[in-house]
This record gives sequence, C-alpha cells and structure tokens, in this order.
Amino acid sequence: MKIRTIVTLIIVTLALSAVSLWMGNLSHSWFPPQATAESLLIDDLFSFLVTLGTFIFFGVTGTLTYSVLFQRAGKYDISDGPPIEGNVKLEIIWTAIPFFLVIWIGAYSYQIYDQMGIIGPMEHVHLMQSAEAASMDTPSKKITEVEVIAKQWSWEFRYKGANVSSTELHLPSAQRVRLKLTSADVIHGLYIPAFRLKQDIIPQQVIDFEFTPIRVGKYRLRDSQFSGTYFAAMQTNVVVETPEDFSTWLVQAAKLEPKPSYNQAFAEYEQQSKQAIKGWNSVSPATPPIVNYPSQQES
Amino acid sequence: MTILENIEGHKEHHPPLTTWKTYFSFSTDHKVIGIQYIVTAFVFFLVGGIFAMIIRGELITPESDLVERTVYNAMFTMHGTVMLFLWTFPVLSGLANYLVPLMIGARDMAFPRLNAVAFWMVPIFGIILMASFLLPSGPAQAGWWSYPPVSLQNPSGNLINGQFLWLVAVALSGVSSIMAAVNIVTTIFKMRAPGMTFFRMPAYVWTVLSAQIIQLFGLPALTAGAVMLLCDLCFGTAFFDPAKGGSPVLYQHFFWFYSHPAVYVIILPIFGIFSEIFPVYARKPLFGYRVVAVSSLIITGLSAVVWVHHMFASGTPNWMRMLFMFSTMLISVPTGIKVFAWVATVWGGKLRLDTPMLFALGGLVMFVFSGITGIMLAAVPVDIHVNNTYFVVGHFHYVIYGATVMGVYAAIYHWFPKMTGRMYYEGLGKLHFALTFIGANLNFFPMHPLGLQGMPRRVASYDPEYAFWNVIASLGAFLLGMSTLPFILNMVSSCVNGKLAGDNPWRAIGLEWLISSPPPVENFEELPIVISEPYGYGKNEPLVENGANLK
Repeated sequence: MKIRTIVTLIIVTLALSAVSLWMGNLSHSWFPPQATAESLLIDDLFSFLVTLGTFIFFGVTGTLTYSVLFQRAGKYDISDGPPIEGNVKLEIIWTAIPFFLVIWIGAYSYQIYDQMGIIGPMEHVHLMQSAEAASMDTPSKKITEVEVIAKQWSWEFRYKGANVSSTELHLPSAQRVRLKLTSADVIHGLYIPAFRLKQDIIPQQVIDFEFTPIRVGKYRLRDSQFSGTYFAAMQTNVVVETPEDFSTWLVQAAKLEPKPSYNQAFAEYEQQSKQAIKGWNSVSPATPPIVNYPSQQES
Repeated sequence: MTILENIEGHKEHHPPLTTWKTYFSFSTDHKVIGIQYIVTAFVFFLVGGIFAMIIRGELITPESDLVERTVYNAMFTMHGTVMLFLWTFPVLSGLANYLVPLMIGARDMAFPRLNAVAFWMVPIFGIILMASFLLPSGPAQAGWWSYPPVSLQNPSGNLINGQFLWLVAVALSGVSSIMAAVNIVTTIFKMRAPGMTFFRMPAYVWTVLSAQIIQLFGLPALTAGAVMLLCDLCFGTAFFDPAKGGSPVLYQHFFWFYSHPAVYVIILPIFGIFSEIFPVYARKPLFGYRVVAVSSLIITGLSAVVWVHHMFASGTPNWMRMLFMFSTMLISVPTGIKVFAWVATVWGGKLRLDTPMLFALGGLVMFVFSGITGIMLAAVPVDIHVNNTYFVVGHFHYVIYGATVMGVYAAIYHWFPKMTGRMYYEGLGKLHFALTFIGANLNFFPMHPLGLQGMPRRVASYDPEYAFWNVIASLGAFLLGMSTLPFILNMVSSCVNGKLAGDNPWRAIGLEWLISSPPPVENFEELPIVISEPYGYGKNEPLVENGANLK
C-alpha cells in the first residue's frame, strides 16, 4: 500500500471513531429518566452498541457513497471494471473481526445481565452471585414485596403486610423490590420504560421479579404483551418515593375505605354498549378492582 | 410410428403459445406460475398497504379516535398476516419460480403440476382470510402471532369466527409453501444443466436453496402449532390453554421455531438478488463468490437455533436467554461477509445507476441499519427494555420493507425486460425509487426513538409525549402508499407500450440472458452446457459451450 493510502485510511478511521464516540455519548439522551439501578447498566450497554453500530454503518455507507459519487461509468463507456474475484486476506479479516466483535458484545451483555441480577421466571433461587444492582440496596437489606394482579384490563397491587391494595404502584427508592406477578386471564407484560424492565406475566404462574428503584418521581407502567381489545388502555402510574414517604403512604392508605377504582377499559366499554354503532365483539372488561387507594386521576 | 402419432407426440412437446388467458388458467409453465404469483401477491400487497395506512391514520393522534379498538386490532392482525403470507412469501415464490429453472438451465420445475397446485392455494386461502371481514364477529384480532390465551378468547361464541378462518388460512398457506419448497429444492438438486455444478450456480440459486431448506424443517412446526391452536379453539383440547392445564409458552416455541427462520426465508433470496444485481451494474465479478454462496447455508443452519430471542421477556430461564443471545449474534458473521462482499463488488467498478441498481443500493443501506439494530435487540439487557416496543417494529420494517420490498422491486425492474420482452420507463422507475426510499425512512425511522422512549407496539392509543414521532411516521406511511402509483403506472404501460428490450439489455451474464425475451415455453431449444463460473465480468470468457444453439 502507498503511504498516501495508509494516511487517508488512518484519517478516515479517526474521523469515524470520533463521530461514533459522539453518537454513543448522545444515545444516553434518547431514553426516559434512569429510575432504577438496572437502567444505568442497560443504558451503558446500549451506548456501547450505538458506538460500534455507528462506526459500522457509516463505514459501509460511506464507502458505498464514495463509489456512487466517484466511480460511475461514463455515458458511452461500455467497458467492464477490473475482474477482481476476491481477496483471501481481506475475506479472512472481515470474517474474523465480526466474529471477535460478536464474542465481545456477547460477553459484555452477559456481564451486564449478570450484574442486573434478574431472576428468571423459572428459577426462584439466585444463581448469579455478583449481583451488583442487588448490592446497591445497602444500607438497608429490606426487600419490599408487592403482589401484582394483571387482568383484562387493569392493574392491582397488594401490599400484604400493610393490608393495602391500590391501582397505582408505590415503591420505596434505594431498596430492592420484589414483585410477585400473576395474571387472572391472558398473558400480560409488566413494563416500566423508566425502569428499562419488562416481564411477561403468564397465567397460572407466580413470577418473581426483582429490581432496585433509585430515583424519586412518577412514571408510567404499561402492559407490553398484547392482551386484547383495550390493551392500549392498560396503563397506570408508578410512584417512587423516599422510604419514609413510602411508609407514611402505606399507613395512610391502610386507613382508607376500599372503593372501586376508575378503569378506562371498563368506562369505554360501558359507554360503547350504550351507543348504536358498535365495533366487533369484545371480551368484556373485568370489573374495576376495589382498592384502598385508587390511582390518582390527573385532569 | 404412424405419421398421426408422430404429430400428436409433437403437439404434446410444444404446448400452445402463452396468451393473456394462460395467466388465468391452471398452467404448468414455471414462468406463467411465477408471474401469477407475483401479480397475485402484489394485489394483496396493496390490500395490506391499505390496512397499514388505516393503522397509521389511527396513530397520527394519541387518542383512539379513527376506528374502534376492535377494528384497529383486526387491522394490525390482518396487515401482518397479509403482508407475510400473501405478499412476501408468494412474491418470493414467484421470483424463484420464474428465475431458478432459467438460471440453472432447466426446461421447467421438477413437479410442474405440484407447482400449479401450490400457486392456486394462494388465492384460495387469501379469499378465506378476506372472507372473515364478512363474519358478524369480524376478522381475527389476536395479532399475526396469535398468542393464546388471547387468540382462544372467542367473545362472539360462534364456531365460525375470525380466528377460525385465520387459522385455516395459515395452515393452508403452510401446506402451499411446503409444496413449493419440495419442488424448488428438488429442482435445484436434480434439474441442473450439464456442467452446472454447485459452484457454477448463480448466488441467487444458492440463497433460494438455503431459504427453501428452512421452509422444509420450519414450516411443519408452525403448521402443527396452527392446527393445535385450531383444536383448542374449536374442539375443546387444551394444548395451550393455561386454564385447562395447557402451556401458552409452548405455543410461542412452535410459532417462533418457524417464524423467526421465516425472516431468513425472506431475506436470503433478497441477498441473492443483491448478489445478482451489483455485479451487473458495477461491471465486476461478485467479490468472493464461493464464500458468499456458502455463507447462505451457514445462515440456514444458524437460523434454526435462534428462535427464543423473541421470548426474552416471556417465561424463559436465564440459561436460555444467554444461549440464544450468542447464537443470534453469530448470525451477523455470515451476514457481514455478504455485506462486505457487496461493498467490495461495487468498489472500483463502473457503476450505472439504473432503477434496479438504485433499489439494490437503497435496500442494502437500509439492511445495514436493520442489522445494527438487530444486534442491539439480540443483547438481552437491551431487549428487556425495547422488546415489544416500536423499536422492534422499526427494526423489522427496515428488514422487511427497507431490504425486502426494495430488493423485490430491484428484481422486478431488473428482470422485467426478460419477463415481458419490453423495457420499463426509467424516469418513472427513478421517481418510484425516490418516493419509496424517502417514504420508508420517514415511516420507519421514527419508530426507533419511540421504542427507546417506551412506546409499546400494537397500541391503538398512546400518551401524548409520543405524538411528534408518530405524526412523522404516519406522513411517511402515506407517502409510501402513494409511491406504488408510479410503479403500477410504469408496469402497466410498459407491458403494452414499452420499447422492445432484446435478449440482454443489461449486458448481464447468466443463462436467462442467452435466450429470447420473453423466453419460449420450454426455455432452451438445446440444454446449455455450462463451462465457467457465473460472474465473468471483465474476463471475456463464454458462459456456455453451445451458446448459439440455446434459442
């Protein structure tokens, strides 16, 4: 290779690397707030993938663009290009590099997954030892346990020890949380984008799901596994508060009289059945849960 | 032998000429069947496109206000089903039907009648599926993946309901595709012309072979799953119904054991089309032909062990998540080989940006993007966040529209002169490309930020924070809908009025370009004797020994 070619290649590589690093950095701003310990880990992994991806994408499309701009045949030029049929060295390189990249990405993802310490639905014992996210809940080793009942199309949360039920998920921050997920009818999915966490809820199974909220605030919880007619309406709020506020909330909620909560699917269905023009048949929504603390309606 | 017998024997050997009526008949000519497939599929593509525009019309505002929620759910169910089972698979079958016998130097497929039966099942199950709109309970609303228990809930209580017809149609589609696969695989193994060794087959034939092998091992799983679900729905069995002790997750395995490899059934022939088109319009041999050819088979092998990546958020244990993460990522190695080979083929060539080349280049760029988001999705921790969000929808549509539909358009423009004997209008073709490329990116790019921000897929309404990108996506979708108009105009008018194309308007190398356009019923007057590898651009060596006697 000529010196000039080498220099050009180095400059192009450096420029591409700079753009890729910048993109990787920028990718942190594409997400909702980081409200769990797990979200920090996931966003870092994503940023790493964006950096690599940007490099490959612009590497490939940049080369193609160069060809399209500068290697066109003249209008009356009917000659062929050079009959190059391959290059063994090059082919080995572009097989080996992706192979090692894949191993690297896989190993890094594995490590992140390990640190998240997610308990798969099939095992109820912690198999992974180095659960970093799990260890972030020191000072207090306390685990808050919440029963989650999903049904068409409502969420209900039960805090067993405190005798509280609600349709809004309240969680203490900086403590490990364990949700016990159950479904009364079809498969639902518990998804809180700010937590970066998602787990399908399978009927006739209790699935333990653990994580650590770290940021006080109000977030959205959505059904992520298509569950029928009012699937899109199956949303509620998640309120993460300081452990003190959380305890206060539990005590106050326990004093409230249970009453039926507002449920969008149920309300829409009721209104629908009064109207003359109806859609196709729908499964009728379950009656709204009767809880101490119905979710707070805004507007 | 008497003279009469001789004449009759002769008649049998030369069937009557192909006229427009032939295309509405039970013809056994692979070229007629190929075009029947392509045109039928395109009609359904337009139907599926209208469903897509209704979906995007609903999503242009956050509230559920354009159609009923049940109607919306039926729309995305039918959109997915029609686009896959009635557009993508049939159009690819059509191209394979038309091209494979010509490319390997055969006079027809191995089983011409089976071929015709496989095709005629397509309009039949298409009509069955569409007929579900006429039922009082409406069409299926459980999505094209049809997970139980949602798909087993039958609110109308009728035995004949939308889900029932859906399952019948999908099972028939499976049977039709298995027939086609048996036929194509046999043809490639048994019907090659003298001298057409495996390493002299065009890369397209390699990819079709690899794809159809997947159909043979994968489709039985989906078809069996569909039949079992049908039994659960109508006859009270409990394979998948958790309330009766069945396992809904088992269905997911059945479904994805085929439906993920199905993506490779779709994309492999598109890789083949890219491998055919880049050398022609860059005037260079396909870079690393043998490796590109063999990498298709490696993809086939790997495609059988990746299906669980659709179920990372379902009830899957940790070890399964990790295993399938690695196997999924490995697919990028043989795929990367192909991408780099195409870039190297184009590099340093003498490029001509005719419409097929534009579509192939556009398709390649969008495929590279989808490959990168694919690796992100394979990484379990990232997938746990973006699974079942619009990020997946964006990724998938870059594959299925960006790469696949663009690749199909590239193929149609490239072989249009061969199929019809006439040239298409280049200006309309370029306009079609511009509208498609801009429309597709406007439509599908916004889905990525939406998914990262946490917008679930399959929703009829959403929180107002997601409005901005949804408006752009919807505008892109309408543009994409309009982009088909110049294409239809171009195809119809050039069929009738296009300039005569001659045998080989692209100066391409390949058996199909050595015979007249359109080819005669039996393709080759004398079977070709192949003497060199397929992409001899710049080498000036003959492809066959008996070039003068082929037509």
